[in-house]
Amino acid sequence: MTRSISLPAPLPRMFFIAIAAMLVISTMSITALAQDATPEAGGATSDSPFFSQEEYEAQLAQRDIEPEGPEDQPWIQAIEPEYADTSEYATEGPWDVCFSNAAVNNPWRAVGWTTMQAQVEVLQEEGVIGEFTVFDAEGDDNQQISDIESLLNEDCDILIVSPNTTAALTPAVETACEQLPVIVFDRGVETDCPVTFIHPIGGYAFGADGAEFLVEQVPEGGNVLALRILPGVDVLETRWAAADIAFQEAGINVIGEEFTEGDRANVQTIVTDYIAQYGDDIDGVWMDAGQDAVAVIEAFETLGLDVPPLTGEDQLDFLNAWADQDLTAVAPTYPNFQWRTPILAATMILAGEEVPSEWVLPQPLITEETRDQYLAEDVDMPPLHYALCGCEEFAEYPERWGGEAVE
Amino acid sequence: MSATAGNQSTRTMPVDSSGQRLGRAILGGAPIFVVLAILLVWISIENPNFTSPPIFLLFLRQAAPLMILAAGQLFVIISGEFDLSVGALVTTVVIVAARLIDGDPARTWPVIALLFVGGIVVGLANGLITTRLGVPSFITTLGTMLMLNGATLWWIGGTPRGDLPDNFRQWGRFGIDDFPWLGQLPYSVIILFVVTALGVWLLHGSTFGKQLFATGGNPRAAYLSGVNVPWVRTMAFVISAVSAVITGILLGGFTGVSPSAGDGLEFEAISAVVLGGAVLGGGRGALIPAIAGAMTLAALFTLLNLLGLPQPFRYTVQGVIIIAALGIAAFRTRKSR
Amino acid sequence: MSALAPTRPNIATLRTGIGGSSTAQIYMILILVLVVTWGLILATGGNLNITNTLVRSVALGIVAVGQTFVILGGSLDLSVAYQVSVTAVVASVLMDGNPNNIWFAVPAVLVIGAAIGAINGLVITAFHINAFIATLGTSLILRGALNATFDNYAGEVPDEFRALGYDGLLGIPYSVILLLAIVALGWFILRYTRFGHHLYAVGESDETARLSGVRSGRVLIVAHVLCSLTATLTGLFIISRLSAGAPWVGPDGDYDLESIAAVVLGGAALAGGRGGVLGTFAGVLILALLDNAFNQLQINTFLKDVVRGAIIIAAVAAYALRQRQDVR
Repeated sequence: MTRSISLPAPLPRMFFIAIAAMLVISTMSITALAQDATPEAGGATSDSPFFSQEEYEAQLAQRDIEPEGPEDQPWIQAIEPEYADTSEYATEGPWDVCFSNAAVNNPWRAVGWTTMQAQVEVLQEEGVIGEFTVFDAEGDDNQQISDIESLLNEDCDILIVSPNTTAALTPAVETACEQLPVIVFDRGVETDCPVTFIHPIGGYAFGADGAEFLVEQVPEGGNVLALRILPGVDVLETRWAAADIAFQEAGINVIGEEFTEGDRANVQTIVTDYIAQYGDDIDGVWMDAGQDAVAVIEAFETLGLDVPPLTGEDQLDFLNAWADQDLTAVAPTYPNFQWRTPILAATMILAGEEVPSEWVLPQPLITEETRDQYLAEDVDMPPLHYALCGCEEFAEYPERWGGEAVE
Repeated sequence: MSATAGNQSTRTMPVDSSGQRLGRAILGGAPIFVVLAILLVWISIENPNFTSPPIFLLFLRQAAPLMILAAGQLFVIISGEFDLSVGALVTTVVIVAARLIDGDPARTWPVIALLFVGGIVVGLANGLITTRLGVPSFITTLGTMLMLNGATLWWIGGTPRGDLPDNFRQWGRFGIDDFPWLGQLPYSVIILFVVTALGVWLLHGSTFGKQLFATGGNPRAAYLSGVNVPWVRTMAFVISAVSAVITGILLGGFTGVSPSAGDGLEFEAISAVVLGGAVLGGGRGALIPAIAGAMTLAALFTLLNLLGLPQPFRYTVQGVIIIAALGIAAFRTRKSR
Repeated sequence: MSALAPTRPNIATLRTGIGGSSTAQIYMILILVLVVTWGLILATGGNLNITNTLVRSVALGIVAVGQTFVILGGSLDLSVAYQVSVTAVVASVLMDGNPNNIWFAVPAVLVIGAAIGAINGLVITAFHINAFIATLGTSLILRGALNATFDNYAGEVPDEFRALGYDGLLGIPYSVILLLAIVALGWFILRYTRFGHHLYAVGESDETARLSGVRSGRVLIVAHVLCSLTATLTGLFIISRLSAGAPWVGPDGDYDLESIAAVVLGGAALAGGRGGVLGTFAGVLILALLDNAFNQLQINTFLKDVVRGAIIIAAVAAYALRQRQDVR
């Protein structure tokens, strides 16, 4: 089989030309275009194209502002609300509510979606909401645009949109605004036309919350590993931009900035590879989303190393691991209870009650002091459940969310 | 599938002693061993710790699930078919195990038994639909993939429920402690070796293996010489499904509950098998090289991490390696004619 | 290549004849699906959304026509999803919101598309690499290059170009007209050109086709170029809807596996030689009708995949059964 390598006849040469051509076409042409595509950096402290200095400072300040509204119902609290008059939308109920959902493709969205349905059913029983029509775009921008167009043919009194991506959905939302009141939540759109845009404080606050904690815990010049899910997602890019600034200012050495694609096996692999290289010189781990934080803990554990200070999120497997193993950690949150707010906002708008035009929900940071209040002892919830679901008061809790009561 | 594949698969079947055949099982896809060796050496240069047994075992532990999945996929590929449903099956195993076991260690073993039964049913369904109803396996297993993904997510309502106890997770996570010289010997590495040994025997040492190569190489000739072609193909799908169940158990152990545990693994497994010299269209392939192909993909991931290259380049490099390996292989087979 | 040629009786035309019977079968299924889904929708007081359903089929429909070509030739293309993304991003960046740029942006992406198709075809035919793995490789290369370079929507589509996605003529959206035109063109090429006949012949039996003087390699390369051109057109349609291109627009739409599913649902044999553009069009419409029905009937999204999978397997099993009966 093996023979001396005589240099190949035309065939392989063509082959390598083909490969080379493919690379030229894909990489070179695209890379050349990339420079046009990358917008100018927004600020002096982060060169991320997603960065906005003004928004960054606003969010960091909002963390310290006391939200208005009942403390035991954070989903109707609002930070610095500027109310919009909605008397023009006032009609008699019951109202038909329509919802264009980006997808139910991860635990955060699945838990929120369950909570939203529970909220709708309560209001349907009260006779406030009539039909609730939902189109699920399965994570595809093009499909969501068609979904919104379809929903405009339905008998909707109000339209709720959870956009799959910000830029692509803007025209569709603008068209919808011409026909009926629109509520946008979670990710935003690039237009002011919706009656209200509901969201927690945001990505800068999330990123900074975790990074500031690590800055306290890690000595100057210490090594931090940053794990991110995907590039290009605006709500995640802002988290990293804020953390990056905090680390730079504190002189922390970021040894790696890796994308995990939200796959726990990738997280374990990446962390194990870094441990293999740095040993116990990893002084902290920052994550742009805590969904896979437990995989980080386990990677250290498996090697018999102490888990360094790390950031997570309000997913129960992380909160439990943190409590059980007495780790040094914080959990910034992107509260799941925001899935209730659009439904409640819809009923307020159609009743002609004023709502904040930008409805900024509180975004609690879970610390060692506050952690245990989120770990209810009387229920056993699934590991990927979110502590800030805001779902505890519904009658079907905890079963509908996959949990069970513990005696 | 393509006209060109048929061209290769009609090549004559190897007729030789079992010793030579075993030799081919190990050396059949020599180029992949060169690529793998280069990657491993490169990793060791970038990170000298990599050569220490415990660290290398960790690498092997995280590569083991894909290697086992590739071993199963190889049987289907040799029989001349595809199995696109394995990724979905891996996810199904993790999700179903979490919900049924629900953190109760006493249920672990019954549920594991049930998972194997379920896997065999999926394999049988794939095989029977393909062979008895005449649906191309690409379509059969694409359909099974959609149905498994949809059905499990519907069953759990979009997010995993229940939990995996330690006696389930240990297989992918832990190992035998204080093993001389190696430190901890991960269970998944032991399972990998057992699966490899079984696979080598089944593929290169048993009558079934001979029939499988005959079926993939020339189904008509195999049929005429008395091979039950539909049965052999169906068994190949069952073997692939069983390997997916094992992979699911190891991956669920390694990572814990995750709704995306098996995403994209079907294409990784097929790539690994092809890198290991197997021919899509059937009739040719060998077990150890296929496993080496899977290890190569894992090594590539680790190396690009170490080099600090933007992760997306992993895909580009993977694509170039796949096409280049096949191009070189095509060139070599032409010359050796 | 696809020059007009008078039809002459050969193996290929005989085969198109048999293809016709399964086309009739798929249209019967289409009518059945139409009656059942519309019946259920009307019974529950929903909307038929005919125009919307058609617009939903455009992106998949265009690329499925191209996928039909390669599958007829016994090949397939798994890289179409990322080709859609390449087109979307490159065209959007080149247009950069300026209507004066459309005239060179569109030809530019068509050239890039044709080049990718030619490379796919070349790798498959000249080096005898299985189409599955060759196009999977291309797909990985494009994916890596795209994701390493772009991480968000890039460029901007001028309003004039967005007309393709949002405006229409006499109530019929331009995009639907484009889809119908491409289906008609595809049908014409397969039915009335020498290339079309050769493609059937190559898919039926590479060896026989070659012996009867067909340059099978060239035929397959042309089929791949045409397939990539349809992926390019899908990419252009998508940015007319989304106003810009991002690296994820292709894979998010699952155009690779879904286009193959639509083609086989339309009665084409994955091994090549049997099928047609009209069948594929019916396959695409069936998938779109199901989507609309699931939306209107408010059925759980996850069950949608279960039904899709079952229908694809059942339909292909029915064709296979029918074919065996024909042979007997």
